[in-house]
Amino acid sequence: MKFTTPAGTNPIDQGKIVGKPTPRIDGPLKTSGGARYAYEHNEAVKNPAYGYVVGSAIAKGRISAIDLRDAKAAPGVLAIITADNAGKLTKGSFNTAMLLGGPEIEHYHQAVAVVVAETFEQARAAAALVRVDYAREKGAYDLAASVDSAVKAGGNNAKVGDFDGAFAAAPVQFDQRYTTPDHAHAMMEPHASIAAWDGDKLQIWTANQMIAWGRGDVAKTLGIPKENVRLISPFIGGGFGGKLFVRADAILAALGAKAAGRPVKVALPRPLMFNNTTHRPATIQRIRIGAGRDGKISAIAHEEWCGDLPGGGGENSVAQTRLLYAGANRLIGQKLAVLNLPEANAMRAPGEAPGMMALEIAMDELAEKLGIDPIELRVINDTQVDPEKPERPFSQRRLIECMRTGADKFGWAKRNPKPGQVRDGRWLVGIGMAAAFRNNINMKSAARVRLDGSGIVTVETDMTDIGTGTYTIVAQTAAEMMGVPLDKVKVKLGDSSFPVSAGSGGQWGANSATAGVYAACVKLREAVAQKLGFNSDDAVFAGGKVRAGKRSVPLADAAKAGEIVAEDVMEYGDLGRKFQQSTFGAHFVEVGVDIATAEIRIRRMLAVCAAGRILNPVSARSQVIGAMTMGAGAALMEELVVDKRFGFFVNHDLAGYEVPVHADIPHQEVIFLEETDPTTSPMKAKGVGELGICGVGAAVANAIHNATGVRVRDYPVTLDKLLEGMPEFA
Amino acid sequence: MHGPGEFELSRRGILVGGAASVAMTAAPPIAEAQEAASAGAGAPVLARVTLKVNGKPHTLELDTRTTLLDALREHLQFTGTKKGCDHGQCGACTVIVDGRRINSCLSLAVMHEGDSVTTIEGLGTAEKLHPMQAAFVKHDGYQCGYCTPGQICSAVAVLDEIRAGIPSHVTGDVAGKPAMSAEEIRERMSGNICRCGAYSNIVEAISEVAARRKA
Repeated sequence: MKFTTPAGTNPIDQGKIVGKPTPRIDGPLKTSGGARYAYEHNEAVKNPAYGYVVGSAIAKGRISAIDLRDAKAAPGVLAIITADNAGKLTKGSFNTAMLLGGPEIEHYHQAVAVVVAETFEQARAAAALVRVDYAREKGAYDLAASVDSAVKAGGNNAKVGDFDGAFAAAPVQFDQRYTTPDHAHAMMEPHASIAAWDGDKLQIWTANQMIAWGRGDVAKTLGIPKENVRLISPFIGGGFGGKLFVRADAILAALGAKAAGRPVKVALPRPLMFNNTTHRPATIQRIRIGAGRDGKISAIAHEEWCGDLPGGGGENSVAQTRLLYAGANRLIGQKLAVLNLPEANAMRAPGEAPGMMALEIAMDELAEKLGIDPIELRVINDTQVDPEKPERPFSQRRLIECMRTGADKFGWAKRNPKPGQVRDGRWLVGIGMAAAFRNNINMKSAARVRLDGSGIVTVETDMTDIGTGTYTIVAQTAAEMMGVPLDKVKVKLGDSSFPVSAGSGGQWGANSATAGVYAACVKLREAVAQKLGFNSDDAVFAGGKVRAGKRSVPLADAAKAGEIVAEDVMEYGDLGRKFQQSTFGAHFVEVGVDIATAEIRIRRMLAVCAAGRILNPVSARSQVIGAMTMGAGAALMEELVVDKRFGFFVNHDLAGYEVPVHADIPHQEVIFLEETDPTTSPMKAKGVGELGICGVGAAVANAIHNATGVRVRDYPVTLDKLLEGMPEFA
Repeated sequence: MHGPGEFELSRRGILVGGAASVAMTAAPPIAEAQEAASAGAGAPVLARVTLKVNGKPHTLELDTRTTLLDALREHLQFTGTKKGCDHGQCGACTVIVDGRRINSCLSLAVMHEGDSVTTIEGLGTAEKLHPMQAAFVKHDGYQCGYCTPGQICSAVAVLDEIRAGIPSHVTGDVAGKPAMSAEEIRERMSGNICRCGAYSNIVEAISEVAARRKA
């Protein structure tokens, strides 16, 4: 099915199941320990051996010698794979560095060996006996010191009008720099895989968000046909972009299994994950805004400096500034330096997450400078069209309504605009807000739907559920389309033998994958109608029956003579180019800052979102509160600390890399505006999982400024950065 | 359940144990110590241990380096208990041993001879959920589900700890009875990280179970 014109009325609009708050259908499995994650397919894989990964001790250079004698002689060892005996490996299309290093080393903790042994304990002990000599080379590890070597890069370099002239002529000029540090996904399930060979066929149970990309890159890396690779990933313990790509666990399990002649399990040890896998890169951002005294922006510039390994990409933190606010004269640019730190790549809302952390402080600062309420400043500069191409309207844009609704609900009117004025015992109390913005993307997505003689509808797609609630929204879609209750639908996900879906990333999963299921269900409806002798245009699917005129037949009857199978793919025309499809929101945060110690506590949080049809308000709300939590982490604590001498992230475990815990997060509120967007798909939905993180960090920082009067522009906002500027107290 | 009255007893136990281990490490002559060190690279030292898991005894012949977590996951197939960090930093491996929650990754299996271990599988099944499991489903107290078994085991034990009067960092009067409050729950659950950020929902799930059992 090709989606080329805005959707009219279709069965999804009935909203009997889609759009209703629905507990996750996989909930009982997850809460009882029955959900099987990558390392846990013990029924399918008997007698596995265990692989333990050895990571490079240098960031850049070469392995000069590797001594495996002691490791090989250690009890239980079955095989040791290094670059010397792995055979030819090709870098995957989605990888920047090789997943098995040597002799060349590209980054710290790049895998250099995997030791395979009978037990985990034996593999770990033997891995400690692998002796590697390195010839260390000089590398670049300091972004701030590398700014001058950065070159133009990325897809966000744009000039509209005359920024320099308009900025110089503006009555009010604002010019500030912001920094965001390197961030880790730090998902709870480590990257893990079990690999098993059957002749030249390779099967990998793995934790991967994008099954088709993964299958392709496993094949490419190992130099085997794609058809010989099967990936299975029914449950994924969090990804946030960190499991978009094939990582060392999958490749080393495959190589280890080949060498050992047995299935091999490999999980990355937690302390290896932060430097071995990908991270969100640090940014330096400069924002300049020229405005009239009425708050109207005449000139806006946003520039980024970022670093990555050779061949990598930048963070794109300037992306949202092309679209969020009006202004005739615009300058957007990004520059990338070569850094020999671990591989930078996508983490939840790449671009907007750190970009909004800067832009939405800038708007707060500009509002203060102008003496205009921060919400009003954003209202004044709202635009209903793409500011770079005014002939291109937004498909929907209810930013103002999000802000007004939130202001009302949160008690914004009671905020004292003068900072440092509100006390509650030992706490200085402040309120801050920020806009939320993230683009909607549609991705081609396919599904197969089966109807059996007992009336059960089974959906098969290689789509993944990384905690996003895919199982449930896919079931809701099929149930609505086929007119059956939810418990008559079975959903099978995350298997490369199923039709290729959009996968989970870029907040495109929910709308795209369910649209693929919609397309397959349309085909199944046609097949059913034909089988039962209905005209498919007249047939109504409801209550487990198919009805037209006075005739009504149980749906299951269509499959009496045998299962009916339908498969289709949803593809997209140019609606995404004709219309700018984006999601909007507003974040509100109240903080308390201890007057004496500057300890920061978040007291209240609210997000208001406008993101098309909300397919399941239960899981959509969880996506938003989860993103608000991650945004709170980015605001207050998350920072991979770079060792600039040796080139690695120092705090590479969950004790050193702090993420929010229960005590950091208060009760959170989310409001979804009632909305459908017919330009996105027949589902009329958009993404929401990343919208929730965009802007929340700035809302926290703005609340801290409102509480204390201290403006911190270098994240995370920790108490040491506040202490010097804190108000006097008696 | 270990009540506060038993604190002194367990402290004495620690002192006794501490003295014993000092004596043991001091006792062997150097030659023996070296032999012991090289045995690390030799054949694994096996030991027999019987664990009572979810009410049923299991006897295993284990490499003494095997953690309780790996004994459960890799040897007994109780994969509901998760390995998130293997370093006691995330709480995904939380199980209840003799009524008290512990990080099973920080404990060797051989330390648990005869102990009763309750894992997520022992609380309830997908068909017959424990009230805490059902509350997590109702309040969407999870997303990816990987930290969930640990959160639920922790939550069940937390309610027992509060009822038993064990104080926490946020208890105002450590001699008094701690409140069954969201603040107490948040504090006590802070060893269980949820990167999906379901905290707000998790606290609501636990609070509902706490209120129900109080009534």
